[in-house]
Amino acid sequence: MSEGHSTYTPKTGIGRWVDARMPLPRLVYDSFVAYPVPRNLNYAWTFGGILALMLGAQILTGIVLAMHYAADSSLAFDSVEKIMRDVNSGWLLRYLHSNGASFFFVAVYIHIFRGLYYGSYKAPRELLWILGCIIYLLMMATGFMGYVLPWGQMSFWGATVITGFFTAIPLVGEWIQQLLLGGFAVDNPTLNRFFSLHYLLPFMIAGVVVLHIWALHVVGQSNPTGIEVKSKTDTVAFTPYATIKDAFGMLVFLFIFAYFVFYLPNFLGHPDNYVVADPLKTPAHIVPEWYFLPFYAILRAITFNIGPINSKLGGVLAMFGSIAMLFLVPWLDTSKVRSAVYRPWYKLFFWLFVIDAVLLGWLGSQPAEGSYVFMAQMATLFYFAFFLVVLPVLGLIETPRRLPNSITEAVLEKNKAGGGGHPARATAAPETKG
Amino acid sequence: MTPKSGDRFSDKIMLETTTARQRISRGFGMKTILTSLALLGLVLAGTAAATTGAIAQEEAHSEAAPTHFPIHQPKEMDWSFAGPFGTYDKAQLQRGLKVFKEVCATCHSMKLVAFRTLEDLGYSEAQVKALAAEYTINDGPNDAGDMFDRPGIPSDYFPAPFPNDQAAAAANGGAAPPDMSLLAKARGVTRGFPRFVFDIFTQYAQGGPDYIHSLLTGYDEQPPAGMEIPEGTHYNPYFIAGVSLKMPNPLSDDQVTYDDGSPQTVDQYSRDVSAFLMWAAEPHLEARKKTGFRVLVFLLLFGALVYLTKRKVWAGVAH
Repeated sequence: MSEGHSTYTPKTGIGRWVDARMPLPRLVYDSFVAYPVPRNLNYAWTFGGILALMLGAQILTGIVLAMHYAADSSLAFDSVEKIMRDVNSGWLLRYLHSNGASFFFVAVYIHIFRGLYYGSYKAPRELLWILGCIIYLLMMATGFMGYVLPWGQMSFWGATVITGFFTAIPLVGEWIQQLLLGGFAVDNPTLNRFFSLHYLLPFMIAGVVVLHIWALHVVGQSNPTGIEVKSKTDTVAFTPYATIKDAFGMLVFLFIFAYFVFYLPNFLGHPDNYVVADPLKTPAHIVPEWYFLPFYAILRAITFNIGPINSKLGGVLAMFGSIAMLFLVPWLDTSKVRSAVYRPWYKLFFWLFVIDAVLLGWLGSQPAEGSYVFMAQMATLFYFAFFLVVLPVLGLIETPRRLPNSITEAVLEKNKAGGGGHPARATAAPETKG
Repeated sequence: MTPKSGDRFSDKIMLETTTARQRISRGFGMKTILTSLALLGLVLAGTAAATTGAIAQEEAHSEAAPTHFPIHQPKEMDWSFAGPFGTYDKAQLQRGLKVFKEVCATCHSMKLVAFRTLEDLGYSEAQVKALAAEYTINDGPNDAGDMFDRPGIPSDYFPAPFPNDQAAAAANGGAAPPDMSLLAKARGVTRGFPRFVFDIFTQYAQGGPDYIHSLLTGYDEQPPAGMEIPEGTHYNPYFIAGVSLKMPNPLSDDQVTYDDGSPQTVDQYSRDVSAFLMWAAEPHLEARKKTGFRVLVFLLLFGALVYLTKRKVWAGVAH
């Protein structure tokens, strides 16, 4: 969409000189000013920008925190407390960073669910979607390792449990676990390599984000109707239209983020992580961070052996499988129509899936006993059924609602129904404005 | 999940299902599968509601052998530092420090808190110096290579009552008393659904001090008939990890003398020391809340301006 016909014209002599040698200003102009975006994007589409903002904020606060942090099992806990007590604004940096991780995940979950709802993964956006899944995987690794760094009880025991998954893998499992730990148990070498990787991975995320945005700018954004952009009237320029809308979305998001940072900074954490790691004292309930809870519930739901697969390996396979499902979504969904707006059955199942994911999250925080286990099993069954049955089958049998012919038509219809807007000016406006 | 919300949920699904069904014109065989899948979702929601009730019942009828702790939820107290404009009550913190020094500190360490930070409690530099000098700090080695004792200075940290964790454990029946620097943030009783959702709006972040206060005032309660209390432990229905704990009731009325006329009761002591421990765990709480208010006001105003700009930019564009 954006490639091939750049409208950038440097106004100054220096501008022309640079443009002839290394057209970076042209790239920025084409990507963030002239880049056409569908005119009907709603606020769900502001989360890409919010995620970029959060990544930047996490890297900045993280770099400063690393200046004060000591990655040594005998010093780590106290060095974090030193940051909280003695470093100028250290409490702010650390609360921004720890809550920032949570809100990074809040944003990414909304971003992923938006993609699922509007069918953003469908051709030609499969690679874009897969790059996003890779970013999500890297985020999970980064978040997990970051949680280990304060060296509290949940850091230590969370690391013990999660690295323990790998021992379930036949033949190479033990070897992988020892490579991760740098020994036979979570100890100083584990902390050292986790710190190193925790510093490295965000930059890898940034790299994949560049690819993600590149892929996006080749195929263009999807939109709530799921209809491809057909004419110039379907789009508006990124600046000022998307820029200002994204800015407002970011500010609302930052408001909620700040509310937690300043008033409930420990709400999303676990009290046990304010107790220094003790390898001899296992906490009553080991729970991962909230953003891993649905997968933790799936892991623990497999309490039975399936043929040669014992329950432990089964749980690990189910957990990794639940994430692998995301990668396959572009091919599991057989529907010709992208957006759930025009797919009544899919819309129903999408919301059931959201409820199921939240339920799994809650179950992940409960002890794996009694009726919780059965509920987790049912919820896991529904989770996989959504991907493996609903997505392929629904596309074949569902009769979608009538699709508008174009984005512009959809917008005009909506405005007529809602009674607002200025349909007469609508088609002319994007070109005459900004 | 309450049964009530479950009903509303099912109503919505039924509504959506019927409207969806009207739109479906083909694929009748598959419709059965789809409906059963939708039903599976409903059944899930139903069991969620049912089991929550069942678990509550389970807990109720095994009073003598409870399986979930604490037996009682902590009592929610009024704290000066709660809410968006919360501040520490300096007189209370000073009383709390006195209780800590005279009672808790005989067994508990507080090694992350430096004397210099006690100026936050309203003490002058000279008072902090005098307070630090009450303590003996083992320092060294000196030029001759010997360790030596000296009076404390403001940059020192509260010295631990035992030379190491093993000594602390040996002197306290096998378990070292926990360090108190972070206790008010390191203890929190799970609030459960839906209370944890309400907590976001009420800004409930006092689980730690509520817990400590409840524990310290909970020793008077008698165990229910038939409950077995392990020897060397003390029944306390507010204890987070069992029916009883090793620490005996540490407080009694008139144990610590207050100079400001505050009541010298166990309840008052517990409140004061809990507030003091909250300060010890979160010394920058006031700065945090004050900064937070400014940040939120800024974001609100800036957000409003950006919103108005956004409306202006999009005014002529149907979207």
